[in-house]
Amino acid sequence: MHPAPSVILFTTLSGLGFGLLFFLGLGQPAATGTVAFVFYLIAYALAVGGLLASTFHLGRPERAWRAFTQWKTSWLSREGICAVAALLVMGLYALGAVFLDSHWTLLGWLGAALSLATVFTTSMIYTQLKTVPRWNTALTPVMFLSFSIAGGALLAGAETLAPWLLTLAGAVQLAYWAKGDGALAASGTDLATATGLGSRGTVRAFEPPHTGSNYLLREFVHVVGRKHAQKLRVIAFALGFVLPLLMILAPVHGFVLKHVLAALAVLSHMAGIAVSRWLFFAQAEHVVGLYYGKR
Amino acid sequence: MEGGQMTELPNSTDRKMGLVIDLDTCVGCHACVISCKGWNTENYGAPLSDQDPYGADPSGTFLNRVHSYEVQPAPCESQPDPAAQLIHFPKSCLHCEDAPCVTVCPTGASYKRTEDGIVLVNEDHCIGCGLCAWACPYGARELDLAAGVMKKCTLCVDRIYNENLPEEDRIPSCVRTCPAGARHFGDLGDPDSDVSKLVAERGGIDLMPEMGTKPVNKYLPPRPKDQIEAQAAPLAPLLKPVAEDAGGFMGWLDKALDKLPGGTN
Ligand code: SF4
Ligand code: SF4
Repeated sequence: MHPAPSVILFTTLSGLGFGLLFFLGLGQPAATGTVAFVFYLIAYALAVGGLLASTFHLGRPERAWRAFTQWKTSWLSREGICAVAALLVMGLYALGAVFLDSHWTLLGWLGAALSLATVFTTSMIYTQLKTVPRWNTALTPVMFLSFSIAGGALLAGAETLAPWLLTLAGAVQLAYWAKGDGALAASGTDLATATGLGSRGTVRAFEPPHTGSNYLLREFVHVVGRKHAQKLRVIAFALGFVLPLLMILAPVHGFVLKHVLAALAVLSHMAGIAVSRWLFFAQAEHVVGLYYGKR
Repeated sequence: MEGGQMTELPNSTDRKMGLVIDLDTCVGCHACVISCKGWNTENYGAPLSDQDPYGADPSGTFLNRVHSYEVQPAPCESQPDPAAQLIHFPKSCLHCEDAPCVTVCPTGASYKRTEDGIVLVNEDHCIGCGLCAWACPYGARELDLAAGVMKKCTLCVDRIYNENLPEEDRIPSCVRTCPAGARHFGDLGDPDSDVSKLVAERGGIDLMPEMGTKPVNKYLPPRPKDQIEAQAAPLAPLLKPVAEDAGGFMGWLDKALDKLPGGTN
């Protein structure tokens, strides 16, 4: 799949933003006043910024409101509804924390649940696609959720939980890569089933329909960047999980130093997740590529 | 062009209109590609735009494309050295019964009609998110870069019921155009229709059945052509020169040329 910057930005930022909102909704940290304001500002900037970025890849963004109508069948529609509901509920909860010095616990829990539901619905947009075997696995939602919760814990400064959640997310990442590499072969779809000619012999793509490129090739067949996939995996894993873990576990004592390290851990994690998301798209083989003798 | 309804798939459709494509007959001339683009760029919905059409990197929106594949049969006892076969392979929307492109659509723009099973896009509601093209295994949907909306085969819904056209033209443009007669149009839900009989007789197949899309369009497999020499043999007498001994002027010329140095072959 074509790794569109808008979609990578969206899933990375909003995943983190909703992860932070999840922790804030659970009262972690139970900040009020100005401190609370800063936390909510960061969470909303990430979540809303991500959502806005995602509209950049629409052909007709001015009609985006229609995307709320098909919740019965469409995960994309459900995602839109969950995101707006989570932002509204958490906005109300934030008002209480920032201005009234109070935490409305039940509302916070509802907001936390909606925040996670948003991340889950995002992941299901990809998971549901049989046409992309690498995504069509239960590990996809597990990965999105574990990343979002680990990143949220880092941002929320949940010192005791964050190391465990980061370790878990890292393990899920490794499992996802290991499973994904065999997914297309395991799906049973190849040029033989695509053309229905497999029983007659070995099928080879002889000539594409046109000498030039087209929408399908640009959108679904992305071979160029895959060359460096293994190196990028190492980078993603180091930045996303190993470095942040080392930084938050480092035995330092100064208040400033601790906060600088925590901020660096967050930045490193964000960069790592962005690289992982780039790979998530760039490495995903859409079966339509088979018709062109590519993957 | 109804819109605003849920993109749920109908449980069943009254008819299953679709195409039967004969891979034995298709000669790969791409006439259907051109006639499809010609009809559909000036009728239903937004035109099918081209980008950089006369430049170095031309591309454009097509609803029907013809691939070519080579099939190499494995050697066996009767065919120790089998010849490879070239198969031309037209591909457009298969109007699937279980169309994944419809259910993923967040706006309700994609829908499947209850009356004839045709899968359409209401271009006034489409936001161009592209998810339906991601969901289609066959590459049957293309986002038009100029209009920003999704384009796909309409089964020429604006021809097949169009009483302003002479009756013989009330079939999809590609079917009407194909000079080889490789494309057939009809109701695949009716077991007595010509297309259903053709599918039964020739063992029509589904593309990527494992995807669970239940395509309506069927493909007729090419007949085996692995005995090329044997097939050519009955034609051999016809391939001989008609007159071996020429008379008259040609005969004189023949003899005169024979006498020249340099020999004959
Ligand atoms: S061929 Fe593709 S676009 Fe057409 S109905 Fe099937 S899934 Fe949808
Ligand atoms: S591109 Fe248009 S028709 Fe396709 S899923 Fe998006 S809104 Fe629906």
